[in-house]
Amino acid sequence: MLTKRIIPCLDIKDGRTVKGIRFENIRDAGDPVELAKWYAEQGADELVFLDITATNEERKTFAELVRDIARHIDIPFTVGGGISTVADVEVLLQAGADKVSINSAAIRNPQLVEDLARRFGSQCVTVAIDTKYTEATGWKVYARAGTVETEHATVDWARQVVALGAGEILLTSMNNDGTKGGFAQDITRAVSEAVSVPVIASGGAGSKEHFADVFQDAHADAALAASLFHFRELDIPDLKHFLKKHGVDVRV
Amino acid sequence: MNLVIVDYKAGNVQSVLFALERLGVQATLSCDFETIKAADKVIFPGVGEASSAMAQLKARNLDKLLPTLQQPFFGVCLGMQLLCQHSEEGDTDLLGIIPLPVKRFQTELKVPHMGWNQLEQLQSPLFQGIAEGDYVYYVHSFYVPLSDYTIAQTSYPEPFSAALQYKNFYAAQFHPEKSGPAGAQILKNFLDI
Repeated sequence: MLTKRIIPCLDIKDGRTVKGIRFENIRDAGDPVELAKWYAEQGADELVFLDITATNEERKTFAELVRDIARHIDIPFTVGGGISTVADVEVLLQAGADKVSINSAAIRNPQLVEDLARRFGSQCVTVAIDTKYTEATGWKVYARAGTVETEHATVDWARQVVALGAGEILLTSMNNDGTKGGFAQDITRAVSEAVSVPVIASGGAGSKEHFADVFQDAHADAALAASLFHFRELDIPDLKHFLKKHGVDVRV
Repeated sequence: MNLVIVDYKAGNVQSVLFALERLGVQATLSCDFETIKAADKVIFPGVGEASSAMAQLKARNLDKLLPTLQQPFFGVCLGMQLLCQHSEEGDTDLLGIIPLPVKRFQTELKVPHMGWNQLEQLQSPLFQGIAEGDYVYYVHSFYVPLSDYTIAQTSYPEPFSAALQYKNFYAAQFHPEKSGPAGAQILKNFLDI
């Protein structure tokens, strides 16, 4: 049985993990490689690394880090943040990343999705969608780290990028992100039902029950969280045993 | 041991190299006809699209060489599919080493088949130390149906070939280089064959 995936997300700045991670049993939790190895041992199914720096110089450092991660961990990982060209992607894939995640660049230039899928295959092209609900607009897509509202309705945009060749959608609800009140069930279900590719739900995880809900009721294929795991509020082995007990297929 | 990874710019080559490195094994990356021919063992990785991968192989004359190899050979993911006869992906003629078709998943389930799924019906030394139901990582939209050459299967939702063996040609649809300790064991088993 194909299992639901649990994905910790690590934000990277200047080659270091950020968000004030607290770990006693890791020598250096600021070291993305150490932390990634630890998550792999804990049973994380994949990892996502987001480069939250911006300049070209820093991106070069990031590619070196990607190589270092690929050298040391034996589970798949996706990298994202500031990717805007086919050449950017080539560097990251050659460094050993399994997938890349693109967001604003796909909104600026949807053709990029098609170019990447044709060049590298859909399986390594994840389109990240930041979405926000207001009563006036419904669920809209936001660009530039959630700062700029676009014209795109979320479900339509998801369909469009999949038609262009996206192999996976990483859907983050800005309404839910950071609330720990649960994933955005409605929009996750709507996107998951609208597209043929896997959907990763992101934003709002606060408890084990939230994961069960997003898998069972919103039909997410994977669920991503950051601080919840980093601050050890939820341990992956505990989470997976809970999910298994509640009838969700997970790898344990 | 002279281990060569076929490098034809088709992705995941680096990951396979790193996985071998973690096993303490040095491999040579090469697309050179003579280097590959002289290898003790050959690993043939691949991700991406079938017709462009075939074009890359043809550009290096590897479509002529690979079918003639006698040493233990291990195709991974797209590298497994390319060993077959014909793929529905881009209506592509493949290397024709293993007389099997490659088909697109026709299912209500999500495609690509992406994530960790279970190995079943294991029947090869390649799976020494691997238990029925152990998990490996998949990401693919095309598959090889069950056949006489199937040495492991996985279901999505119907069973398909997780791994094949035909003479000296071994192949896996999943990614051993990304499948944690189980994947490492499978790579090690290939090296021990």
